[in-house]
Amino acid sequence: MTNHWIDIKNSDCILIMGSNAAENHPISFKYVTEAQHKGATLISVDPRFTRTSAKADMYAPIRSGTDIAFLGGMIKYILDNKLYHEEYVAQYTNAPFIVNKKFKFKDGVFSGYDPKSRKYDKSAWAFDLDNNGVPKMDRSLKNSRSVFQQLKKHFKRYNTKTVSNITGTPEKDLKQIYKIYAATGKVGKAGTIMYAMGWTQHTTGTQNIRTMAIIQLLLGNMGVAGGGVNALRGESNVQGSTDHCLLWHIWPGYLKTPRASNVSLEAYNNKWTPQSKDPQSANWWQNYPKYSVSLLKSFFGDNAHAGNDFGYDWLPKVDDGKAYSWLDLFDAMYDGKIKGFFAWGQNPACSGANAAKVRKALMKLDWLVNTNIFDDETASFWRGPGVDPAKVKTEVFFLPAAVFVEKEGSITNSGRWMQWRYQGPKPMGNSLPDGEIIFELGEKLKTIYAQGGSFPEPIRNLKWDYTTDGTYDPHKVAKEINGYFLKDVTVKGKNYKKGTLVPSFAFLQTDGSTSSGNWLYCNSYTEKGNMAARRSQEDAPNNIGLYPNFSWCWPVNRRIIYNRASVDRKGQPWDKQHPVITWTGKKWSGDVPDGGWPPMLMADGKPNPKSRHAFIMRKHGHGQIFGPGRADGPFPEHYEPLECPVEKNLLNAQRMNPTAPVFGGEADQWATCDPRYPYVATTYRVVEHWQTGVMTRHQPYLLEMQPQVFVEMSEELAKLRGIKNGERVIVSSPRAQLEATAVVTRRFQPFKLGKTEVHQVGLPWHYGWVMPKSGKEDSANLLTPSTGDPNTRIPETKAFMVNVSKI
Amino acid sequence: MSKSFLIDTTLCTACRGCQVACKQWHDLPAEETVNRGSYQNPEDLSFETYKLVRMKEEIVDGRLRWLFFPDQCRHCIEPPCRDAAGDPAAIFSDAASGAVLYTANTKRLDREEIIESCPYNIPRASSDGVLAKCDMCLDRVQNGLEPACVKVCPTGAMSFGERDEITAKAKTHLAGAKKKYPQAQLLDPDDVRVIYLTAYDPMLYHSNAVAAATSFDVTRQVALRRMVRPLADLISRLS
Repeated sequence: MTNHWIDIKNSDCILIMGSNAAENHPISFKYVTEAQHKGATLISVDPRFTRTSAKADMYAPIRSGTDIAFLGGMIKYILDNKLYHEEYVAQYTNAPFIVNKKFKFKDGVFSGYDPKSRKYDKSAWAFDLDNNGVPKMDRSLKNSRSVFQQLKKHFKRYNTKTVSNITGTPEKDLKQIYKIYAATGKVGKAGTIMYAMGWTQHTTGTQNIRTMAIIQLLLGNMGVAGGGVNALRGESNVQGSTDHCLLWHIWPGYLKTPRASNVSLEAYNNKWTPQSKDPQSANWWQNYPKYSVSLLKSFFGDNAHAGNDFGYDWLPKVDDGKAYSWLDLFDAMYDGKIKGFFAWGQNPACSGANAAKVRKALMKLDWLVNTNIFDDETASFWRGPGVDPAKVKTEVFFLPAAVFVEKEGSITNSGRWMQWRYQGPKPMGNSLPDGEIIFELGEKLKTIYAQGGSFPEPIRNLKWDYTTDGTYDPHKVAKEINGYFLKDVTVKGKNYKKGTLVPSFAFLQTDGSTSSGNWLYCNSYTEKGNMAARRSQEDAPNNIGLYPNFSWCWPVNRRIIYNRASVDRKGQPWDKQHPVITWTGKKWSGDVPDGGWPPMLMADGKPNPKSRHAFIMRKHGHGQIFGPGRADGPFPEHYEPLECPVEKNLLNAQRMNPTAPVFGGEADQWATCDPRYPYVATTYRVVEHWQTGVMTRHQPYLLEMQPQVFVEMSEELAKLRGIKNGERVIVSSPRAQLEATAVVTRRFQPFKLGKTEVHQVGLPWHYGWVMPKSGKEDSANLLTPSTGDPNTRIPETKAFMVNVSKI
Repeated sequence: MSKSFLIDTTLCTACRGCQVACKQWHDLPAEETVNRGSYQNPEDLSFETYKLVRMKEEIVDGRLRWLFFPDQCRHCIEPPCRDAAGDPAAIFSDAASGAVLYTANTKRLDREEIIESCPYNIPRASSDGVLAKCDMCLDRVQNGLEPACVKVCPTGAMSFGERDEITAKAKTHLAGAKKKYPQAQLLDPDDVRVIYLTAYDPMLYHSNAVAAATSFDVTRQVALRRMVRPLADLISRLS
């Protein structure tokens, strides 16, 4: 979230799309309800009418996988009716930038596309630069090559009729929602988006969010209270684990995983440190080397020094152009290329797209370690449905883990709040906190590698000192993440002793005199104490629910990021009722500002050269309406899912995203517009269960409320297929079949795409054969395909094709 | 000062935290259920389920509504079940809170008569004839805590407190709700300690959402029992 949970209460219009927050983030509705009470409008857009829709002031249906068409229509509506926040767009976004003539869009592809590799040469999407190397701009937005005019041209095709024929959303609903949401473009009004996996798990996942980000920039909704682009994370600590490098392509604090071509630390830093020639661009990532060196110092301690590139050579490198994501990993495992696997706090046999392939892949392993709180379908895959244990060679180990209340440490919520938790009861039996298991594993590896082994240096040189009196100490890890001064230093006239904690990332250095396990968390555990453990319930003087002394928030306790865009160029808040920050004439008051530089204009209206552009994390300091860094284009474009019910994309000549990964192995069957699989399907969650259900299916009260996997469908489809409410049916996709209970409901309605009627069904993915004990409830992911987003490679589990039949 | 609940169904998201919290606090077992083609589960209240979020899909004014109704004992001001029982050792009202409480002695009552006496169809019997229902979490309330269901409600759909505060709050909520839902109403607010606010006709939510018109009428038998109640209470306490 660019904002945070409590801030939802400040919104004038809440769009919940790609999320079912009332069911999957129930506490968020405390703040949604508060906003509604104050007059905010709640809009729910979802393929089916959900518990969120039940509370919404306005609901509209949408066919799964067509969100860019829906939102693209809104962009056109905003532009056609001049409802954008003009000053904001002209001053704070890259709308005035001039796009190079090489940039073109034709037949559904942008310039630079290579059909053989299914990749773009992004150099075709560059900005024109002036003689100083600064992007040329036309703040009047009239230049035909400006981003603004290019945006207009790009979305000209997205009229409501075409959009309606794609999405199945009635035109009148589209127009009404566009009107209500676009009204937040008025100065002082704020609209927010609450989205989740309903937007990300598509072959167009990243661009779904990009489309909304463009809308938020056009309406001036970024940085303001009650605005922002808000990802509702799927687990309590997904934000924290992503910050700390859950994903293969990023290192802690969103540093890049080194590529094979980054042959030295210098080459690595040069490659990933953006350069800006604009003296007014903060270009915060120019500090990249300070963070990468401090991270290496944190990994390797005294063993890392300038003479050995701070141990850079000990880091694993990934091959250039190759992906190592979930889909790729299980594909390699299926092909027998991976021999050992730790499934830690996860259950891929149920959570992975195309779970049947995942289950087969596990059989190719020599060994599997499952660390979890209960037995699950991954740990027990060798005795699963249709598996002969005698034929499985994989040796399986199960490490019992402590439950969250049994261990001390922090979680970081969707709003970026790092919250310290104390230990409640002691772990049961011989279960251990994850930190202890990892620590012991590291100790053992160090003992083994001390005796030899191939490439032992990374393990031998690893700094591994996280115990107090011989016991794993989460405080030592938290301090390591914050970082230390490693020498006595003087910064800005102040002395800092060796061994003391660094007060914030502004103090991190490239010379090895500081360490930090994650620069974004530098400031979380300082000499003042454990900031995440703070529990003050006092709000800040601006009284918009920031609660700055409750827990701690990255970066540097800034509760609303991009907040320099919440003010006009003189530093005065657009929204006087909900000021995030305000320039007092000498300094900023309110939230921690996005950099302490003065406003763009001085009190007399003259430009202040000491100021910096509002979007400090961007190279050129402007919010990116034109986003030339994405794999699939600088502007979003509607493409159909890998599996879809329509032969033709009504907006361009490409049926599906031309850069999306498609796996072609025997286990990766897929079929589009195939009469055998005529119905759109999506997966989702219910409030009663959690993820693959490992934590909830063993809980009788929750199983009582949602005992069985079900498939929801409209009354019309049920009639067509002769299915009665509550009876068991078979749902089949090209990859698998699943038995489920039919829930026939008016909450699903057939979609009218022009003259064609399309049906959609939906299933929760919480179930697995281990529990409940009948063994008959299994994962909806058995049905989902092996494809995903070209940027993140998140699987496309939210739109695929199935059939439903009576048993 | 007696207590009351307000259940504002316009704010209920059917997260069913209340349903679980109730079972957890009372240490009630989970029922073996199947999906009957509905999210509502268990199907009905039972000896082991005191609180149930009822869920109905209705078309109102041409629009689909998913109506949620967290059903429970209303803790009537003059509880017909208590009067029908006429046995304060089996059913009585707690003087301080107004909670209507059932004991194991309900076993000796005429089960059908008690169940039929309830205008809201709440009491449920075990196989051996003991009756059970919501007890207002009186053990919590007497220790200064809210009932478990109220404690877990994330949206403020449920509140609990002194009766005059709750009735005032109910009026405020009603006034607010009416702006969005002109048909909004409070259900039997003068007769019960669990006051529901619905956006539409209560019968759309649940056939027993409001008391039947004759429910609170006093039969001759009940009138007689009411007359002798103080005496019966005294005898009960002595025995």
